[in-house]
Amino acid sequence: MLTVLLRILRRDLLLAWRRRADVAGSLAFFVIVCTLFPLGVGPEPALLRSMAPGILWVAALLASTLALNRLFAHDHADGTLEQMALSSAPLPLIVAGKVAAHWLVSGLPLVLLAPALALQFDLGSEAAGALTWSLLLGTPALSLLGAVGAALTLGARGGGVLLSLLVLPLSVPVLIFGAGAAGAEPGDATAAASLLLLGGLLTAALALGPWATSAALRIALE
Amino acid sequence: MTHLEGTTVSASHTLHTVRHAGGGKRWLRYAAPQSFFPLAGRAIPWLLGAALLLAAVGLYLGLVAAPPDRQQGDAYRIIFVHVPAAWLSMVIYVAMAIWAGVGLVFNTRLSSMMASALAPTGAMFTVLALWTGALWGRPTWGAWWVWDARLTSELLLLFLYLGFMALQAALDDSRRADRAGAVLALVGVVNVPVIYFSVQWWNTLHQGSSLSARGASMAPVMLHGMLVMTLALWAYAIAAVLQRLRCIVLERERHTDWVRQFYVESKR
Repeated sequence: MLTVLLRILRRDLLLAWRRRADVAGSLAFFVIVCTLFPLGVGPEPALLRSMAPGILWVAALLASTLALNRLFAHDHADGTLEQMALSSAPLPLIVAGKVAAHWLVSGLPLVLLAPALALQFDLGSEAAGALTWSLLLGTPALSLLGAVGAALTLGARGGGVLLSLLVLPLSVPVLIFGAGAAGAEPGDATAAASLLLLGGLLTAALALGPWATSAALRIALE
Repeated sequence: MTHLEGTTVSASHTLHTVRHAGGGKRWLRYAAPQSFFPLAGRAIPWLLGAALLLAAVGLYLGLVAAPPDRQQGDAYRIIFVHVPAAWLSMVIYVAMAIWAGVGLVFNTRLSSMMASALAPTGAMFTVLALWTGALWGRPTWGAWWVWDARLTSELLLLFLYLGFMALQAALDDSRRADRAGAVLALVGVVNVPVIYFSVQWWNTLHQGSSLSARGASMAPVMLHGMLVMTLALWAYAIAAVLQRLRCIVLERERHTDWVRQFYVESKR
């Protein structure tokens, strides 16, 4: 079981490494969106400080949605996905491995970049820490939720826009709790509560997501 | 080629459904499109008539018989449309998810078609609830839109409906569209309570609940008007869904003999 997971993880990471430009693209998107906001709303430090958690969270949500197209599309195009579905290993496990690899290449870099972007928005170290923690818990949940959407829209017309339409409303709770945890005053009890709820969402997504995704994949591959 | 495949799949399914229904209980007969189709056709005029009658009674109670509200004046009268529409928008989403789930599990095509037929009506009621809410909010709250928990979750419900319809429209193979839509509706229905509570929590984080406070409890005539209007909108919703379902059935079953026969008879 574990070897299947590790093999898939290794394979997908290797593939992502060979196509580094894709990964860099969504990271650049994240940074650019975050940079556009101060240009749009003005350089007032107090305003930016209060908006920063929300901006970074929305940008992370958009960047991770943008990256979802890559999750199954290549494997679907060259038939690998069908072989995976036919293999004796359970499909939810394979899906979990693929989502984990996807998060490592598209979610984790966002989390690591967040403290640097927080500096741009003049956030204190505590606020930046809270933001990073909330992203660390939230982005895997976004990847898991998004995987369902990616599997459902596989090969559908207007894939990218459709995918956002499906995934964005479903990710609202993650956004609310994530931005809530990041935006609360330091030492506020709501920050801890938001983080706990975010952890709860992640656990629920981890428990249900791979099954829903593999059901959607089987429908797409039929 | 895909077209041909689609036909054989649907033909084998018809056989399956018919055999299943024939051997089973009597009501299961209506799981087959060809026996359901005339039944729905007979039910629609009655439902529409009931909707018109109930709406006339409900509007009379709401607009003429009910007194103006002490606090809100006449503006409150929007509830005779707003509240039933909001209820229906939520009920229809759950019904859609249930029918889609039934279609996914038991492979009954009619259930999946029912889910597709419910979605536009549900979205329409969501828009109606949002729009009438805005019309009520302007004189009462002084704003067309506030980021209140209920408003926001209703708006998100609209996005869920739009996502469901967009997904079904984007998939050419109707069988895949049914099943993919079912998975989406089920994921959505699991997520709806989470969205609802998260939005409520988000709202209480930022502002007090001063806006959601309602006036004193209702006078009986207002309550009666609202209940009658609810029944009227229910009747309308069922009629509209059945009518749309009949269209979907005709479109999907256009290769079958009974549709050809129906067409010939209706031409006569």
